[in-house]
Amino acid sequence: MSSAVPMRSRPIIGWGLHDGLVVARRNLIQTIRVPELLFFSIVQPVIFVLLFAFVFGGAIPIPGADPTTAPDASIYRQYLMPGIFGQTVAFASAAATVGLAEDMKRGIIDRFRSLPMASGGVLIGRTFADATRQILVLFVLSVTGLLIGWRINDGVLNAIYAYLLLLLFAYTVAWIGSWIGLYMPNPETAQTAGLVWLFPLTFLSNAFVPITAMPAWLQPIAQWNPISSLVLSTRELFGNPTGIVGDAWPQQNPIAYTLISCAVLIAVFAPLAVRRYRRTTAR
Amino acid sequence: MSDIIVAEGLVKKYGDVVALDGLDLRVPEGTVYGLLGPNGAGKTTAVRILTTLLEPDAGTASVDGFNVVKQPNAVRRVIGLTGQYAAVDEYLTGRENLRMFGDLYHLQPAYVKARSQELLERFDLTDAADRSLRTYSGGMRRRLDLAASLIAKPRVLFLDEPTTGLDPRSRIGLWEVIKDLVADGTTVLLTTQYLDEADQLAEEIVVIDHGRVIAQGTSDTLKDQVGGDRLEVVVEDPTQLDEAATALRTVATGEVKVDRTDHRIVAPVVGGSLTLVEAVRSLDAAHVGIADVALRRPTLDDVFLALTGHTAEEEQA
Ligand SMILES: Nc1ncnc2c1ncn2[C@@H]1O[C@H](COP(=O)(O)OP(=O)(O)O)[C@@H](O)[C@H]1O
Ligand SMILES: [Mg+2]
Repeated sequence: MSSAVPMRSRPIIGWGLHDGLVVARRNLIQTIRVPELLFFSIVQPVIFVLLFAFVFGGAIPIPGADPTTAPDASIYRQYLMPGIFGQTVAFASAAATVGLAEDMKRGIIDRFRSLPMASGGVLIGRTFADATRQILVLFVLSVTGLLIGWRINDGVLNAIYAYLLLLLFAYTVAWIGSWIGLYMPNPETAQTAGLVWLFPLTFLSNAFVPITAMPAWLQPIAQWNPISSLVLSTRELFGNPTGIVGDAWPQQNPIAYTLISCAVLIAVFAPLAVRRYRRTTAR
Repeated sequence: MSDIIVAEGLVKKYGDVVALDGLDLRVPEGTVYGLLGPNGAGKTTAVRILTTLLEPDAGTASVDGFNVVKQPNAVRRVIGLTGQYAAVDEYLTGRENLRMFGDLYHLQPAYVKARSQELLERFDLTDAADRSLRTYSGGMRRRLDLAASLIAKPRVLFLDEPTTGLDPRSRIGLWEVIKDLVADGTTVLLTTQYLDEADQLAEEIVVIDHGRVIAQGTSDTLKDQVGGDRLEVVVEDPTQLDEAATALRTVATGEVKVDRTDHRIVAPVVGGSLTLVEAVRSLDAAHVGIADVALRRPTLDDVFLALTGHTAEEEQA
């Protein structure tokens, strides 16, 4: 009986990654077979781009931009695109929250938990797939940006670094989203809970308006917000206008601060999520 | 044969709700064991503990000698689980689902491929194998779910209400599949609220209610606790009821009851179908016209009623 079943020998990458890739493949196949989901996750940021670029565009002056010219829509668009990129990858975490809540409801998580697989496998797969999906989203957004006047001004290599930083951030917040998702009683609640913390987080940042335009007491929060440092990093790497950069350390060293934030957040939320995963069951 | 599943004094509480209240189980290897109880009796909780998904508040349990709390991964290597709802991926095809589970069991890819094909054929899913599960019927999903839990040839298979929500035809189809499994030597722990299902499939039945075992034995021993067979006769002409009753007293082993409104006579008997033939002969000799005659074994519903004072359905209400 069971002795007759031939087992694989341990792969070089280890069982955690192996299982993660198996689960990621499943999640990505889902993305391909339900294009509506992907479509809406692209349409939303594209609408944001158009809204900010054409509705608010001229109204938001970018301090530090060439003072001899009047507030100019094209400068705001250059400033805006990295903000949209940052917001979009942050919102990627909601996919993990909702996806896990759905898997729990369907009993798939129970099924996975009854298998002799690595206990991090499901979450590694989830976060990996969610980050991978962002490649396509960022591509479509970039094309939209290029069409309305956004430009990559600082070389291909720096642009690649910018995109990698954005993907790392997407991967990081997917862990936070996973952790939240595993506490959700149903997908409907997950839909709300997955998004609710992201609005204050992205709006208390330099994504759409310069930090210097915020009330003084909010400015330190915005300066230490990892989304601000992510957005500032990508502005610098794409060679887009940055506005006036604050004095706080994260604003002075945005790339380092972004990398440290991602490392710390993963170090905190990945173990929390895996621990929760081990205990969770569907109702 | 040794006991492959052993549970002793399992307790699980959810706040004030006592889901399991000292549950003991011993399942011999190679049998189909039925865990029978109404909705809320604690069946799913028991299965979750035995499949390492949930830790008990008290008590111990082991599967194939491995402690479910201390050696969960060893337990997971020998079990298969089909939960109360088909836990397969909607968007993958049947074959992709099987491949995913095979990969996650860490089986060799070539083996997974061959075994998937074998299971798809066996469960009559070859035509649908490369279609997404969104096109599957409820019965097909259940069969695929079962196939997924068999991919690694588990020694012990847990089936939590495998036919709940299925139409009668798919239900009988699934019963056939489960019967085949046992022929392979797999031990099956099956939970059900359907008394006929336990009757059909399980050699040993444990009846649980409020998280405790209230009776156990084979379907026959449980029925014997309620009483033996009953012969039920409906006469064509109600004026012949007394003659019929007299004729039946010659074969009855106890008091013969006459129900005048239904034109029915019920007689306790032993000896199965031979007695039935004998009864028909003596009714014929007395020139009694028979509208209907049946030898009725007590159902597990009768058992449940006798044990708890209520039927399984009343419990749910
Ligand atoms: N996660 C849970 N939280 C609270 N109560 C639960 C939970 N799971 C089960 N219960 C309760 O425990 C009891 C047993 O449930 P369960 O094991 O699902 O029964 P069955 O599978 O026999 O229908 C029920 O009263 C049920 O409401
Ligand atoms: Mg149940």
